[in-house]
Amino acid sequence: MNPLRRELEIVADWIEPGSRVLDLGCGDGTLLQYLVERKGVTAYGLEIDPRKVTRCMDRGVNVVRADLDEGLSDFHRDSFDHVIMSQTVQAVRYPDKLLEDMLRVGAHGIVTFPNLGYWRLRMQLLLKGRMPRSPALPNAWYNSPNIHLCTVRDFERLCATMGVQILERRLLDRAHRSTPFTNLAPNLLGEVAIYRFVRGGQAL
Amino acid sequence: MVRSPPADSVGLVTQHKAVFEEPLPLDCGRELPRYELVYEAYGELNRERNNAILVCHALSGNHHAAGYHSEHDRKPGWWETCIGPGKPLDTNRFYVVCSNNLGGCHGSTGPASINPETGKPYGDRFPVVTVRDWVRSQARLADQLGIEQWAAVAGGSLGGMQALQWAIDFPQRLRHAIVIAAAPRLSAQNIGFNEVARQAIMSDPEFHGGRYYDYGVSPRRGLAVARMLGHITYLSDDAMRAKFGRDLRGDMSFDFEEVDFEVESYLRYQGQRFVQDFDANTYLLMTKALDYFDPAAEYDDDFAAAVAQIQCSTLLLSFSSDWRFAPSRSREILRALLEKEKPVSYMEIEATQGHDAFLMPIQRYLEAFSAYMDNVGREVGA
Repeated sequence: MNPLRRELEIVADWIEPGSRVLDLGCGDGTLLQYLVERKGVTAYGLEIDPRKVTRCMDRGVNVVRADLDEGLSDFHRDSFDHVIMSQTVQAVRYPDKLLEDMLRVGAHGIVTFPNLGYWRLRMQLLLKGRMPRSPALPNAWYNSPNIHLCTVRDFERLCATMGVQILERRLLDRAHRSTPFTNLAPNLLGEVAIYRFVRGGQAL
Repeated sequence: MVRSPPADSVGLVTQHKAVFEEPLPLDCGRELPRYELVYEAYGELNRERNNAILVCHALSGNHHAAGYHSEHDRKPGWWETCIGPGKPLDTNRFYVVCSNNLGGCHGSTGPASINPETGKPYGDRFPVVTVRDWVRSQARLADQLGIEQWAAVAGGSLGGMQALQWAIDFPQRLRHAIVIAAAPRLSAQNIGFNEVARQAIMSDPEFHGGRYYDYGVSPRRGLAVARMLGHITYLSDDAMRAKFGRDLRGDMSFDFEEVDFEVESYLRYQGQRFVQDFDANTYLLMTKALDYFDPAAEYDDDFAAAVAQIQCSTLLLSFSSDWRFAPSRSREILRALLEKEKPVSYMEIEATQGHDAFLMPIQRYLEAFSAYMDNVGREVGA
């Protein structure tokens, strides 16, 4: 078992054993395999890159090669307990539509993304006048897959507009820690944002 | 001519024959009093007898799926790209079995076999067999080989449909179904092509109502036309353009008998080669089995209901330029399996070769297939 990134551990903690999970942009299937082995979930991953799909097959996790920009039309309403999107929302063409689709096919949504409001990124733009780059955002502006970067505040505003109810928020700093200090100014001090949410007006 | 087969080939192989004396009930209501299946097997069956893989062939295939029958063979078995040491169906790990379908013309009981009731070839009296009948007959082969459960049942096109039918009809008897370039049922267009192929055969004056064996002839021209038509549906428009374009063999002849275009020459050659060792009645049977394949039919046309009893995991693969059984058809299978929360993986592979891609050495395809089978191997300890 590969060591999970801290954010994946947080996500995994939110998943109850035996639940039904869909992972959007599942990469090489690390999280899926972890969830299947530790939590006994029924899980599927969607991934567009054929090499990563192949890695998933090698791991023996269920994977479907799919383009998230085409939506989740292969899935019926309420097919899953949790729909996870880890470090992917910023790379899709229609983040708002996909969020909506997540909560159509699943009861809970879990999203993680690199927070563009993180102070080091802000400083790069302010002082150097250039598009920010970091270990989490290694690409240059012209070849980055991240076409819809957002800040913590942006994401929460979108959720409010869409009537999405955020249940929990965790921010990780550069050392992948979540400290009370980080939570004082999440949009400034959090490098990675992690959210758990449901459709608005829904009982917890 | 092959002096020594490549290292990743199963090499020289021999065929076996399994005889079944117990009558086989068929979907058409009739039964076969006895039947024989020829098959080949590659690799070793392990002590636990759990590393066996059944490979199902498509329309024009047979039991010779890999290796060579003699050093004079020009070409290896039809799925040489996928069966052999280090290949997706790795014969160092798996015991791979492939039989010639009932109604075939390469050794299994078929229309050219002697009908015990008349002492003459069955001809038109050979019953129309279905994919379900094939699967039933293959299950008896598994019994005879002492294989309780296949590690996987695999096939492309019509072979993939058999794998799917296996998963539906014998849920306990396979761990994985590998369904490549297949569809949950044929479309009107698919059936239309099959019907034209059958008409080509049946309107050949040498067809004699299917009893052409009695006359010492065969409807070769009709069968060649059927094959030419089929061949077009196996290739993509792009592949044909790349391979032939509008290239001429020479000057335009202004004559119908002459071959003008390269594509005509190719199709005529394919047709002529095909009729040398394929029986027209078998072609009729195979196309009919395709047309009739429809697991959803018994479930009010609800394909998801048909797959509800599946217990195995399924791998679905499709090819982008396949228009005979396009990726959208594989997605229909995918959606039904997802709806019933069955373990399934799916990958569409970019390929220019059309339907025939499942036979081709396409890197992404072989990598994905190998990765999946690696995991199957680990599962059964092979």
